[in-house]
This record gives sequence, structure tokens and C-alpha cells, in this order.
Amino acid sequence: MNLKELYQEIILEHGKNPRNLGKTENFNKEAKGNNPLCGDNVHVYLKLNDQRKVEDISFEGSGCAISMASASIMTDLIKGKSDNEAKEIIEDFLGMIKENPELKNNILKEDDKTKLMCLSGVKQYPMRVKCATLSWHTLVSAMENDGKEITTES
Amino acid sequence: MNINNIKKEFPIFEEKIQNNDLVYLDSANSSQKPKVVLDRINDFYSKQFSNVGRSIHYLAVAATNLYENTRTSVQKYINAKDKNEIVFTKGATEALNLVANTLGQAILEPNDEILITELEHHSNYVPWHFLRKSKNIKIKFAEINEDGDIPIENIEKEITDKTKVIAITHLSNVTGAVLPIKEITQLAHSKGIVVVVDGCQGGPHLKLDMQDLGCDFYAISCHKMYGPTGLGVLYGKKKWLEQLPPYQGGGGMINDVKKDRISYGELPNKYEAGTMATAQVIAFDQSIKFLESIGIDNIIKHEKELIEYGQEILKKNNSVKLIGNPKERGGVLSFTVEGVHPHDIATILDETGVAIRAGHHCCQILHDKLGIPASARASLGVYNTKDDLDKLNEGINNCKKIFDL
Ligand SMILES: Cc1ncc(COP(=O)(O)O)c(C=O)c1O
Repeated sequence: MNLKELYQEIILEHGKNPRNLGKTENFNKEAKGNNPLCGDNVHVYLKLNDQRKVEDISFEGSGCAISMASASIMTDLIKGKSDNEAKEIIEDFLGMIKENPELKNNILKEDDKTKLMCLSGVKQYPMRVKCATLSWHTLVSAMENDGKEITTES
Repeated sequence: MNINNIKKEFPIFEEKIQNNDLVYLDSANSSQKPKVVLDRINDFYSKQFSNVGRSIHYLAVAATNLYENTRTSVQKYINAKDKNEIVFTKGATEALNLVANTLGQAILEPNDEILITELEHHSNYVPWHFLRKSKNIKIKFAEINEDGDIPIENIEKEITDKTKVIAITHLSNVTGAVLPIKEITQLAHSKGIVVVVDGCQGGPHLKLDMQDLGCDFYAISCHKMYGPTGLGVLYGKKKWLEQLPPYQGGGGMINDVKKDRISYGELPNKYEAGTMATAQVIAFDQSIKFLESIGIDNIIKHEKELIEYGQEILKKNNSVKLIGNPKERGGVLSFTVEGVHPHDIATILDETGVAIRAGHHCCQILHDKLGIPASARASLGVYNTKDDLDKLNEGINNCKKIFDL
């Protein structure tokens, strides 16, 4: 166990000053997620344009440093990607948090991958994995636009 | 038994938890278990085990007697009039569901009102919520004041001629407020209202005297009273338990079963369908003996000192905000730290062996009211010391350091 690995500089910084916080204008997809165990909640908004590119993405919500940082980094990295690219990144991230030692996608630049890898500290804290993944599951739901509320209990 | 070295009665404190000594501040969630209780479970299973109340062989009769002995111990401990007023359940949650369900069937009519409070645990709200759908019952919430207390006026204000039940906590598992159950019951009874008390936190921290409190029902959680998990107690006045319908059906709760009719057993069997948590019931007798050997007055005194000390050091720690400032506080110190989310606090404290709880503690209504999504909670048991609270404070300071506050 290592708190320093969990609370890396980048996480604390994003946690304190989350990017893309708020409700983006003209969003056309959205979903809510919540973690009933701890009361964390997140609302993801995105604007997917005609070329199926994520033109804008933002989130609202409250939660711990890990969940806020995760949502912040996620929105930063997904912005400007096509929906297929976004899906690949999401899958890769969730796979990494679950079991893979590294990220495998070829879409993100190395320094962006490094940012994401900062969240890998939660692997040692099973109770905190949900904090890191809630916004990502919520993004999937928003993209599929099935309006289903995500709970980390399911 | 001397409360100052009671830790040694609890084997868990001999363990290293991730290389740390355990500082257990999560007893409101569930308490640790003294050796006498653990040994009793093992002894019963290894030397005396049999199911109760059915067979007539030696072991079955002996086990039945042990099981019933606990009922008598509980009756005495809470000063109930009759041992048949004690029903074993799987927890306080089941006890409260039993009461809500059977009162719902027997006495509630559409548009009747149940009065609960903003302090209630989900266990004392959701079972009543079911009746909104099935019976068109209304639920009203008595409000907290700014100290996190529920003064009796706030209850009185919400009572109408439709109010049939008041369901309230004895001691809030978030603000620690102790509610004036006796006065509330007197008020309620003067208007013919039934009083149901969620005694989960009252059980380990307060003197339980049903004759003094006067309430109609009182739900207890044995695992918070130094007893085994999977066990609760419902105290119900005999006149109610006799009058209300059974809750669950099955073996043990019946009298006569025919193809066209069934009659039910007498109390307490009527409410104890199926094989019960036998070993837990039998071991819970040791929990009661353990509590009696320390004495509830000593427990109250000890925990009061700790709460006062905890409040004092946390109030001095800037950026810590205590939740609630009730007139009488038992067992619980909930707080937030400016700039650090409760989950992060809990994870950081855990790293040094300090176990607290973070979240809404099954009290979402209260957290919404307070305008916070979550809080951190340190809760006490007989084994805690001032040193534990110092470690809590050090841990909070460590959070502030990590978060650069
Ligand atoms: C105030 C309160 N009510 C109800 C419960 C539920 O009790 P049990 O775990 O015995 O079902 C708890 C414990 O979590 C509690 O603190």
C-alpha cells in the first residue's frame, strides 16, 4: 500500500481544479452515475457532432479526489476524439484498472497515457476502484444514450 | 471489569492490521467482539450443537434452554415485562421491517401518516416507504434544528389527527443526538399514536429501560452490542405482538396446519419462523453478561469523557467541522475536513490502522439536509481510549499535509 502512489501530484491537482466542470452548452448526450455506497455522483454531458466526433464534453458532480480527478482527466482526453476512439480508450482504461499492467491503445499520446496511468494507484485499494471508474461507466452510458442511470452496484 | 484495560478482552486488538495496531473507530457500524462471545460460538458448535425447539433428544432440549436463556437475559437487560416481548430477528433492519409490515397490515388505513425524522437511518425509512405504495400511507419528517437535534416541538408540530405511528431513532448514528424518547412517547400516547424506536445506537451506548421509555416497539442490533452478526432483537409490547399478524411464514411459527386452514403459534414463536440464528442467540447471552460486568453507567461515563475529549481536539483542529452539536451526544463524532473528501480521509487514516467510516452512513436524507454528499465518522466503543482519538487527529493532520492545506 502506498498513499503516495494513490495521491500523485496530478491527481491532487486535477482533484482540486477539475477541468471541464459544468454543463456544456448544446450537449446532445448525457448520463448520470452514482455510487450508492458513498454518495458520489457524476453527470456527464457531451456533444457528439455529425462526424461522430466528441466536440465537447463536461461533467458535474461531487466526490473524492480520485473520482474528481478521474472525471477531469477523462474529459480532457476524450475531447476531440471520434466515438470509436473514445470507446477504445474507455475500454483500455477500464481494462487497465481491472487487470492489465499497461494501456494498449495507440490513440493517446505517451504523456496522456502517463496521466491516465496515475490513476492506477487505486488498484491497491479495492474499495476505491469504483471512485476511479464511475465517470467512465457513466460516459459509456451517455454515448450509448440509453439514459440508464449508472450505479456502481450493478 | 475495569474499563481502562478492556481492550485485552478483544482478540482483534492483538492482530496487526496491515502492520499497524488497530485503532477501531467504526463501532456505530459494527462493534468488535469480546473473547467470551467468540468462545461461546465455538463451544456451542463444537460441544452442544443442535437445532432448537423441534426435536426431543438431549442436545435439542439443552440448546432450546440456552436459546431461551438469552431471551430472558435480554428481557432483564432492557427491563421488558415479559420474556415473550422479546423476538429474535436477523438484525434491527428485519425488526423494523417486521413492525412496519405488520402495523401496515393491521392498523394503517390509506392517508394515515407515519412521522419519522430527518435523522433516520434508511432502515427506519424504507420499510415505511413500502407502505406508501401498498397502502397509500403518507410519511412526514420531523426536522432537525441547527445542532442536529430533534427537539420535541419539532415532533409535535408535525402531528396531525392522521398520525398513527411515530418511528424515531434513540441515538443518531450521524450527529450522535440522543432523542427524548420518554417525552416523545408520552406525547404520542396522549394522542393514541404508536411509538417505534430504532434502538441500534441506543443499545450499546444508553441505558435500556422499556418501562421508563414506555415505547411500543424497540429495535436492537446485536452486532453493535458486542454480539454476533446476523442477529437483532425486536422488543414489542405484548398487546401489540399478540394483536398483530405474523410476518414470515414457515416452520416453528405455526400451531396447526391443514389443507384449508392454518393457525399460528403463540409468542414468541409466532415471529420466529424457520431455523433461527441459534449460535448467535446463545452467544449473545455472553455479550449481555459482558455489558453487565462493566455496567452501563460506567460505559456511559467512559464514552462521555471520550466524546468530550474528541470534540475538544477536533474543534481545535482548524479545517475540521463537526457535524451537529446536540445537547446530549452519544458515541459518534461525524465531521468534514475543508478541502478533503471523506473518502480520501478514510483511505489516508486506514493507512495507519485508523478505521473510520466515510459516506452518508445510510442517512441520505440527513446529508441532503446538511447540504453535504458525505461525511467522515469516528464512532466509539467500550475499548476506545483518548489515545485512539489522538491518532484520529494525527491522521486528519496527515490528510491536510497530503492535500497541501
Ligand atoms: C441507526 C441505525 N439503524 C439501523 C441500522 C441497521 O441495523 P442492522 O445492521 O442490525 O440491520 C443501523 C446500523 O447500520 C443503524 O446505525
